[in-house]
Amino acid sequence: MLDMTPKEVVERKGATINPCKTCEPVGAMYCALGIHKCMPHSHGSQGCCSYHRTVLGRHFKEPAIATSSSFTEGASVFGGRSNLNTSVKNIFDIYNPDIIAVHTTCLSETIGDDVNSYLMDMKIPEGKKVIYASTPSYEGSHIQGFSNMMCAIINQLAVETPEKNSKVALFPGWVDPGDSRELKRLAAELGAEPMMLPDHDNSMDTPMTGRYEYYGEGGTRIPDIEQIGGSRALIAMGHIGSAEPASLMMKKFELPTELVPLPVGIAFTDRYIMALKGISGQEVPRELANERGRVVDLMLDSSQYTYQKKVAVYGDPDIVYGMTSLCLELGMIPKYVITGTPKREFETLITDLLNQYGVQEECIVKSDTDLFYMHQLIKNDPVDLLLGTSYGKYIAKAEDIPIVRMGFPVLDRYAGTIQPVVGYRGATRMIEKILEALMSRQDRDAADEDFECVM
Amino acid sequence: MSTQRERLLDQYSARVYKNRKEHITQLEFGGEPDSIIANTRTVPGIMTARGCCYAGCKGVVVGPLKDVCVITHGPIGCAFYSWGTRRNRAKPGPDGKNFIPYSICTDMRSTDIVFGGEKKLQKAIDECMKIFDPKCIMICSTCPIGLIGDDVQAIAKINEQTYGITVIALSCEGYKGVSQSSGHHIANNGIMRHIIGTGDQKPEGKYTVNIMGEYNIGSDAWEEERILRRCGITVANVFTGDGAYATMKNAHLADLNVLMCHRSISYIAEMMKTKYGIDWVKVNFIGIGATCESLRMIGKYFNDAKLQERIEEVIADELETIRDDVEHYRLKLKGKTAGIFAGGSRSHHYQKLLEDFGVETVIAGYEFAHRDDYEGREVIPFIKPDADSKNIEEITVEADPEHFHQRYSPEEIEELNKQGVMVNYYDGMMREMKAGHVVVDDYNAFETDELIKKLRPDIFLSGLKDKYTILKDGCASRQIHSYDYSGPYAGFLGAVNFGHDITMTLYCAAWQFVKAPWEITPNLAGSLGGDN
Repeated sequence: MLDMTPKEVVERKGATINPCKTCEPVGAMYCALGIHKCMPHSHGSQGCCSYHRTVLGRHFKEPAIATSSSFTEGASVFGGRSNLNTSVKNIFDIYNPDIIAVHTTCLSETIGDDVNSYLMDMKIPEGKKVIYASTPSYEGSHIQGFSNMMCAIINQLAVETPEKNSKVALFPGWVDPGDSRELKRLAAELGAEPMMLPDHDNSMDTPMTGRYEYYGEGGTRIPDIEQIGGSRALIAMGHIGSAEPASLMMKKFELPTELVPLPVGIAFTDRYIMALKGISGQEVPRELANERGRVVDLMLDSSQYTYQKKVAVYGDPDIVYGMTSLCLELGMIPKYVITGTPKREFETLITDLLNQYGVQEECIVKSDTDLFYMHQLIKNDPVDLLLGTSYGKYIAKAEDIPIVRMGFPVLDRYAGTIQPVVGYRGATRMIEKILEALMSRQDRDAADEDFECVM
Repeated sequence: MSTQRERLLDQYSARVYKNRKEHITQLEFGGEPDSIIANTRTVPGIMTARGCCYAGCKGVVVGPLKDVCVITHGPIGCAFYSWGTRRNRAKPGPDGKNFIPYSICTDMRSTDIVFGGEKKLQKAIDECMKIFDPKCIMICSTCPIGLIGDDVQAIAKINEQTYGITVIALSCEGYKGVSQSSGHHIANNGIMRHIIGTGDQKPEGKYTVNIMGEYNIGSDAWEEERILRRCGITVANVFTGDGAYATMKNAHLADLNVLMCHRSISYIAEMMKTKYGIDWVKVNFIGIGATCESLRMIGKYFNDAKLQERIEEVIADELETIRDDVEHYRLKLKGKTAGIFAGGSRSHHYQKLLEDFGVETVIAGYEFAHRDDYEGREVIPFIKPDADSKNIEEITVEADPEHFHQRYSPEEIEELNKQGVMVNYYDGMMREMKAGHVVVDDYNAFETDELIKKLRPDIFLSGLKDKYTILKDGCASRQIHSYDYSGPYAGFLGAVNFGHDITMTLYCAAWQFVKAPWEITPNLAGSLGGDN
């Protein structure tokens, strides 16, 4: 497995090998799928749309609907106006969404298609909406694409509203439906009526009923988005993915806003709870405090199996930040912390976290890099555990290292996306997985005389 | 009474109706041959299953070549999505090289788009040479490359000279053509122009064949190879599943091309016929009967009594081995109906396999097929080229003075065709279907959903994008592009796997829970009298 990967690290300036990120449009598509009755539309050649739907389908084991402008060579030369016009008509005719969320691709961006002006000139059916985000694939990563669609939603749907409402706006960033549900539950427990944007609960994990509908019951409702400026406050999660939409909200609506890390692990979940508490003024319910107490209890009980274990954490910046924090809470050493997303800020965040925990070991933290590099690092100085997406499984097999899957995409396991990694429940779940991986390895490797029945 | 086809089409607006009516046919087998329009532009906004030219070139044809460093030249996405997602299995060859678990990309950024990506591509090639030292590099361009005008062909030439290896630039930008099909063609051209015929090692074996249009999804090629080897036939190359640049160079020295996918690789088969005189036989190793028939065709083609005898022995033995299993699954599956939407030959192939288990296919369609895949090759002269197909280069080859060798004269080939050996000919999918069956070209989500609701097949085989939709409709579904991570489905052992998987899917215990008890039990209110 990966036998062609040499130990010696050669500096690369041209080739990215085995990427740890993908392109902007899929982020925009996923974001749009968290709006109720929304059809994401990919303005480019149809391969992009097909690839994005496929990767989302494989991760969520769910239909991922989206349409394409189906550019041909002609459209690439003369511009995609007519393709977009036809698309919008056909989408409303055939799939009858309430809203179409258009995003661009490297093709339509390179030819300089002015989608905004196309939409201005377009006749949109009464009561329907079409919004648009620019997502050139040659910038940022899928995380930036998600963020760009968030900004588009806010800019193009949210209206000035003199009236305040009772809701607390939540920007979860790129999370799974199980996380959306858990974040809303925690907010409700704290007496904060959540308005989550986007909301993939019941949109990318619809129940089996025997009758397929294009649109699930879930997803953020358009009237709620329109009134988002009147929310009591905003909690935006993820310093990389949610920073831009959060600052846009502050600028546009002067909303009291708190930017917190994605609530993974105890400390970051505490931050989220405190933020909610600050808004609602409510005490933390006993049951929730017990929930927290039980995770801390679990961590202390099992700490000997995680203490000083070296882990490579890789994937998208915000979830990697959260998972790194959880690993540190478990006494682990985040030996390599890696993202493909080109954001230097990631390195600062992680380094600060390592310093905060006084990690003595030399750890390598890098953004804008790839899994080939991480593999080479591991070849030179191995780790005990891999924590990240399915694409790490090649390295896991090559180097015989246990892997715990998290983040996007997880293409080779089931049931992950309908459960949380966030909150105290998510922490419990992740700790169980990490322990299972490490302890199973200890069992597997133990000599007969060292094999323990009680651990 | 209106047909299912009409009722489906009637739901479209006039504009879409006009287009789609030509792509959907309900077979009649009347006086005129049934016909369909294919390989034309997709209606924008219709949620097609189709992919793009790059997907056909890199994803389908050249991606599976194990000893080739394929560099995706463009932004990161395309390289990411085509990495490890197609199940084209490979084992390293004698040189130990296997690039299948790798995805290499120039990961272009804004500055590269503005100032050109040639420098970055050159660096990527240098780095690949330093790290991987391959004998062959292929550059697959994605959408922006053609637009910003990077001269990838020139870079390929320069590097061939610099490094003394084969470097092939494939300009397979996503917007070219109307589907993956254009990408197949571009890849075929590249392989024909730069690889086939550059070697001089004749494959060893009395009868040597290249299996073409076989991508070794779920190890299909290995099952086919196993059977052929038993018969005394050597597989010199597989195009391109588990394929290798190292041996593909000598493909022109094999005795026969056997063609699985008629769409994705027929260009090479035809060009090899013209240039080297090698015939191709359209086979189908998907299905028990189909496999037997294909083996017999190959036997008849070589016209060697001993070989034919051996083939019969192998068939008898293989059938004996799988008999009980097949019977077991046949009892479970007989009388069921199926729908199949696949790429460009499988919807035909899998009907034969389903037939082996007593399952009738009532809906079949292709994503990117051409008319000849539906109607048979005799329709080719009548296909009008359009602006999109004209944009894809047709290369002309001439008979190679050194290597051109025809086993049979055209008259002898005609005779073979009469005997049912499909030499240089394919009769298409539709002829093997029945009246009333629905055929859909360039199917989309709406049509898939409607056809399931109207025709209620017991199982629907399609791709990932459809799979979960179909399941949620309460219809059993398996991916027939990727075999849902199972396989092989080809050959004799593959047929058993397929029977097992279809049975497993249909008889999944969880189906009984789709309706909750409170949904099907009447809600009785009040209390029963006479309790006191």
